[in-house]
Amino acid sequence: MKLDISDIEHIATLARLHLTDEEKERYADQLSAVFDYIGMLDEVDTTGVAETCQVTGLEDVVREDVASECDEETRKKIIAQFPAKVGNLLKVKAVFTAE
Amino acid sequence: MKNLNELTIEQARAGLDKKEFTSVELTQACLDRIHDRNEELNAFITVTEELALEEARKADEMIAKGEQKMLTGIPYSVKDAICTKDVRSTASAKILDNYVPPFDATVIKNIREQGAVLVGKTNCDAFGHGASNEHSMYGPVKNPHDTRKVAGGSSGGAAASVADHQCLFAIAEDTGGSIRQPAAFCGIYGLRPSYGRNSRYGIMPMASSLDTVGPMAKTAGDIAILAEIMAGVDERDATTVPEVVPSYKDEIEKFEIKNLKIGIPKEYFELEGLDAEVKEAVENKIEELKKQGAEIVPVSLPYTKYAIPVYYIAVPSEDSSNLGRIDGIRYGVQSDRENLYDTYAHSRAHGFPEEVKRRIMVGTYALSAGYYDAYYRKAQKVRTLIIQDFENVFQNVDVLITPTSPFPAFGIGEKKDDVIAMYLADVFVSPGAVAGIPGISVPIGNTKDGLPIGLQIMGPRMGESKILQVAERMRISG
Repeated sequence: MKLDISDIEHIATLARLHLTDEEKERYADQLSAVFDYIGMLDEVDTTGVAETCQVTGLEDVVREDVASECDEETRKKIIAQFPAKVGNLLKVKAVFTAE
Repeated sequence: MKNLNELTIEQARAGLDKKEFTSVELTQACLDRIHDRNEELNAFITVTEELALEEARKADEMIAKGEQKMLTGIPYSVKDAICTKDVRSTASAKILDNYVPPFDATVIKNIREQGAVLVGKTNCDAFGHGASNEHSMYGPVKNPHDTRKVAGGSSGGAAASVADHQCLFAIAEDTGGSIRQPAAFCGIYGLRPSYGRNSRYGIMPMASSLDTVGPMAKTAGDIAILAEIMAGVDERDATTVPEVVPSYKDEIEKFEIKNLKIGIPKEYFELEGLDAEVKEAVENKIEELKKQGAEIVPVSLPYTKYAIPVYYIAVPSEDSSNLGRIDGIRYGVQSDRENLYDTYAHSRAHGFPEEVKRRIMVGTYALSAGYYDAYYRKAQKVRTLIIQDFENVFQNVDVLITPTSPFPAFGIGEKKDDVIAMYLADVFVSPGAVAGIPGISVPIGNTKDGLPIGLQIMGPRMGESKILQVAERMRISG
């Protein structure tokens, strides 16, 4: 299977990754090689085989749905980590545009 | 007498309790070793000298009052992809260069409650992505036995920190072999527990259906002590299992090898590219166990060769989803751009190394519309067959023995640009990871060039006691 530059650009957009032209070319080659290798799974007959979604066998693990308090010290530490802020609020770019 | 930093946990515990030395002295010996060696080996990204000496002084007070626990005053390291409260945790990626978690991972909380002394955070392949520690944005870790060689990965810094006596034990994470393979390359013990045995809360997630966190140490006895302290149900991780945690240390002491059935999977020993010295060393060990009375049973795991392709679909898929949260918005390093999309895309482009980006790309593609059935669903079906392979053989044998890695530590730069060759470095450790079973790497000697050789013991789910028993037996016989 061969992925081309437009495939790579599409995937990179979905993945929110900015790639240089050089990276796009390299990933096109490397992803093609990886998916060729992974293609060996097609040899395996999986008719009637269930998918493994988890290995523990646990079912319906629940706990009380109660909010836990965040102490003031922890709250300050979390806010201190914000890359951009206004007061105690996290500052982000606009999600919606005018048009 | 050995230098203090060269002691095992059990030896240090005895020495501290008999007041032969203090935790401050023991901790200082480790810090001195780090200062001497870190520039060359690069095992640590952050050294917590002040915190370590403060914790050591507290430990000495506990010991003076007779309030000590098993790990009180013992210096250890933590892989940088595991959250440690108030201590920078980068996961070896620049996007988290300034990240200081306000909380401890549950396993770290368990270790800290014992009064253990954190000396620093260890280098790794960024977010655990790699098998050589060359995919760290803080430089590769060098192998203490030969600095031209890799330390293994992804937990290369953890393995080197213990092998080079910069601390007495390390806490690391194993998704596809990241504890066992570097343990083998550096000549120490490393345990991947059964999936669900230890809480993953606070472990920076890679592939949630495979991630485990486990100990690395100098003896099987030390591993047994740590495994017990780390294990248990955590309400913050719904995949932790309720099975009672045994005292692994007691279990390994009451072991009789005569009733043991050891399976030898032929697929592992017939692999093209298996190093002759590694093969011979492992076969000699099996022969020794046979002489001691163990029954050796040839077995077959026919789906073995599909474990790597399953792994490299399942892991990047889950990775690409998990790493979505690492976007430079709420914490970490942000690349401030005109709009939200560019801020995400550039923060991630600058903050992730190449292998992380490659896996995000592979995973995003595998999960994208029209490809989910062909890749992820198909891989999860083959995964079922791999699990059944193991379930079948464990009907007849107690443990499986294989080499940990097909070869000893390779040269720095040797495989870095060959993506598939690097992935194949995990060929013997991925199958057990995919199946969620436990495995331990045991150091069994060196090649004629002086590089460590690791032997892997795998057991059925929750079979930690059995594999630790066999690991301990090898030390006695060796």
